[in-house]
Amino acid sequence: MIAIALAIAIFLAVFLISPVISVVYTAFSDGHGGLTLSHFFAFFEISLMRESFANSLFVAGMTVLGATLIAIPLAYLTMRFQFRGAVLIQTLGVLPLVMPAFVGAAAMQLIFGRSGAVNLILMDLFGFSIPIMEGLSGIIFVETLHYFPFILLNLSASLATIDSSMEEAGQNLGASGWRLFRKIIFPLALPGYIAGASLVFIKVFDDLGTPLVLNVTNMLAPQAYLRVTSIGLEDPIGYVICVILVLFSIAAMGGSWWFVKRRDYALISRGGAQAPKRTLSSWQTVMAYGWIIGVLMLVLSPHLGILLMSLFKVWSFSVLPEQFTLAHYITIFSDAKQMIWNTILYCGLAAVIDVVLGAAIAYIVIRTTIPGRQILDHLVTVALAMPGLVLGIGYLRTFRGIELPFGGGALTASWLIFVLAYSVRRLPYALRSCMAALTQVHPALEEAAENVGASRWRIIRKIVLPLMTGGLLAGFVTSFITAAAEISETILLTSKESMAPMSYGIYLYFQSIAGRGPGAALSVIAITLVALGTYLSHRIAATATPHQNVGART
Amino acid sequence: MSLTTSRLILTALALALATPYTLHAETISVVTSFPKELTAAYKKAYEAKYPSDTVEILNKNTAAGIAYVREQPPGSRVEVFWASAPDAFEVLSQQKLLANIGPGNPEIPSKIGNYPVNDPKGFYRGQALAGYGLMWNTRYMSANKLPAPKEWADLVKPIYFSHVATSSPSRSGTTHLTVETILQGEGWTKGWAQIMAIGGNCAAITERSFGVPDGVSNGQFGIGLVIDFFGLAAKNSGMPVEFIYPSVTSIVPANIALVEGAKSPEAGKRFIDFTLSPEGQQLLLEKQISRLPVLPATYKKAPAGYPNPFSGTIQAKVNFDSQLSETRYMVVRSLFDQMITFRHKELVAATKAIHDAEKRLGGKPSAQLEEARQLAFSPAVDEKQIQDAALLKLFKSNKADAEASRAKAKIEEEWATRAKANYARAITLANSAK
Repeated sequence: MIAIALAIAIFLAVFLISPVISVVYTAFSDGHGGLTLSHFFAFFEISLMRESFANSLFVAGMTVLGATLIAIPLAYLTMRFQFRGAVLIQTLGVLPLVMPAFVGAAAMQLIFGRSGAVNLILMDLFGFSIPIMEGLSGIIFVETLHYFPFILLNLSASLATIDSSMEEAGQNLGASGWRLFRKIIFPLALPGYIAGASLVFIKVFDDLGTPLVLNVTNMLAPQAYLRVTSIGLEDPIGYVICVILVLFSIAAMGGSWWFVKRRDYALISRGGAQAPKRTLSSWQTVMAYGWIIGVLMLVLSPHLGILLMSLFKVWSFSVLPEQFTLAHYITIFSDAKQMIWNTILYCGLAAVIDVVLGAAIAYIVIRTTIPGRQILDHLVTVALAMPGLVLGIGYLRTFRGIELPFGGGALTASWLIFVLAYSVRRLPYALRSCMAALTQVHPALEEAAENVGASRWRIIRKIVLPLMTGGLLAGFVTSFITAAAEISETILLTSKESMAPMSYGIYLYFQSIAGRGPGAALSVIAITLVALGTYLSHRIAATATPHQNVGART
Repeated sequence: MSLTTSRLILTALALALATPYTLHAETISVVTSFPKELTAAYKKAYEAKYPSDTVEILNKNTAAGIAYVREQPPGSRVEVFWASAPDAFEVLSQQKLLANIGPGNPEIPSKIGNYPVNDPKGFYRGQALAGYGLMWNTRYMSANKLPAPKEWADLVKPIYFSHVATSSPSRSGTTHLTVETILQGEGWTKGWAQIMAIGGNCAAITERSFGVPDGVSNGQFGIGLVIDFFGLAAKNSGMPVEFIYPSVTSIVPANIALVEGAKSPEAGKRFIDFTLSPEGQQLLLEKQISRLPVLPATYKKAPAGYPNPFSGTIQAKVNFDSQLSETRYMVVRSLFDQMITFRHKELVAATKAIHDAEKRLGGKPSAQLEEARQLAFSPAVDEKQIQDAALLKLFKSNKADAEASRAKAKIEEEWATRAKANYARAITLANSAK
């Protein structure tokens, strides 16, 4: 166990900590080899920076609120009630994550923007328009629709594992509806909710793509990016912002960890998918479907916009696009096949690494007494707090000149760098899922197995891992699809078009007017691939669950 | 099987898979900020002519491209750097990252106006020409009943309020050239007054230079300040847009250069020569590319009405002074951001108050309104201060120098505070103007 912990620690030290240190060092370096705090004082002397700081906090907080309002009803209704198409809704709910934020924002401009379809219709009928996409509210709108799946995924995983007997007990005592949800179900699902909500907060706090596409610059991440890319890689204020982002994210993560830790959420048995699904009365059904369809239409509007963009030639100042064509897809299939394969390869490998490392770290942190084991968890959290741009720069600097064995060329110019960068940055997602899954496996089950003489490996293999399957799959899917949608790091690390993944291709196509159609077509393919993957993983999770229950209850 | 072993196996597997990707013979890597249509056309044409070579395109924005070239160790660098902004090539050449290849095709003139087409020292060559102008969405304009603009100065008119868009000089090398062209054409004070008034009429200051033509094409914005090929290519791709060159414009070359310490310099030079050959130049005329060739003979093959900088169809009044531009480069960029980009909300509010007051007064002269205009549309650095060598030097200083960066931040903070206070005061004055 200790050897594994050490190996993981070394991996993290090399591929996460050393690039981060090079970034942190720049924030404190005085340019003559000494250390200084003056960059920090300079930061707080700039009113723009103080304003950006406040704006970032505001947007992140409001997005968590919005995402909660969307995710809780979706998760609760689909997990606890007889519902047609629950798997479909869960799948569709994850779709926003797969699309790079800038693509979603571009499509939403065409639908909700100042000359978008909705506003053109409003202008036509009522003579006014709604500035949904303007300023900070536009960012909150886009980010809410983009990131709520984090809460949905984690909350659903939590709900699925709550022991149904708890709910039954509540119902026997006369609780129902809102009261049952508020007093029993939500508190028990809190680890999942908090994990999701803190992720949303951090992602929005760090997000670069959306503010940039919506042309909002007075927030922290865009300021860091603007400083680093326009003033120069050596600009210290940019690195100061990065350090602040890191500190803040660690604080948010630590807060959520402390919140979950101070109460005991472990359950002896697992309800899983067998939790009794209640039926809704007919008017409740109408309300629930109405709500879900409304939310899904909003959530899927960027996808619809992208689909339309990919199938038509011109979409300009009109409610709907014009001149149907399949030429964009033909372009993609002749030019971009390699990119599709690259994405599957890089993100698949990265997600596998993440699930393996995530499960190992979760087990070490929660189940062992190795001294300093919490450090692993905290190290991984750092990855979450690192803006992709900065980690990318850190990678290029730290690994410059390192050659691969067997004549593989420079590490920074090979595609392995994508797998490493993706796996390091996506590891926190997998780890959160694994931790949440393991928290809900009661140690008594393992103790029982130990009492009948099972070895540690046998227990892990036969009891812990099977019970964690849902969490592991959720981790794999989240890692894979968020890596597939990653863009800032990808732009920095791409050194050849032939080894670029799809997200880079989409970005590239979207850089020109004639390329928007093919870019949209490539996005449609990306979305379809991920939707399929998510659907399959849900199916696997659904068929795996009954077996777990048998295992858990014998 | 332990987890460590499985990771080792994974790594080995990944390494084995990595190998086929690195076995190309002569590969020419090209770092460029140009769109995929252009690079794909050149890649295809070049590889058809030289089948043993492979062209690898690396699309990066100019600043990221420079950083990328710099971060690579000599000997394994990319071959070619190809971008619009001439100052990027100056930066690379000063850092000794470019190889001296001398001038190319002798039929290419050495100057366009007063501007040298090729680097006089021989480190980079002009590959295409670019002018700056106005692009608008015809549907947007007719829906909002707006007349088509002709000059930069038209854009300050109240009728265009919140219909315009531009990028920022710190984000886009081409926007910097546009701003600098206006400053050189109109003079520092008048130029800034015009730029700030245009900024006040802008619906957005976009983060990328492509955000402007993109927003105009899809109808988010009415009018945009763009580099010519964005406008021409959009029009030629069937978008409902128009493009013109105003009279205060300048024509400057987009360049191509061989990187020093490249893996295969011979092949790199072959590619550069190809882009300057008659066939390479003719690719620029393709509909989706629509750029201005540097080879005058190519224009004979252009469709009717294609702008030709060598025949006088574009009247470029401004002889761009790149020396002057270079000395105040960082100040102009920072000033624009502190006064316009980061304070855009306040500037727009002040502009609106001024437009409203003008309308209310119906052309009646008003001292308060005049003062409001003065406050809202004056640069924080005046004509005299911009010639202050100490200021210019401070903004060029080493970024890692803590003291200098603090002093700079302090000056920027003063600009920002002053701009904010001025805009607030202008609103009060305009609202009470009689």
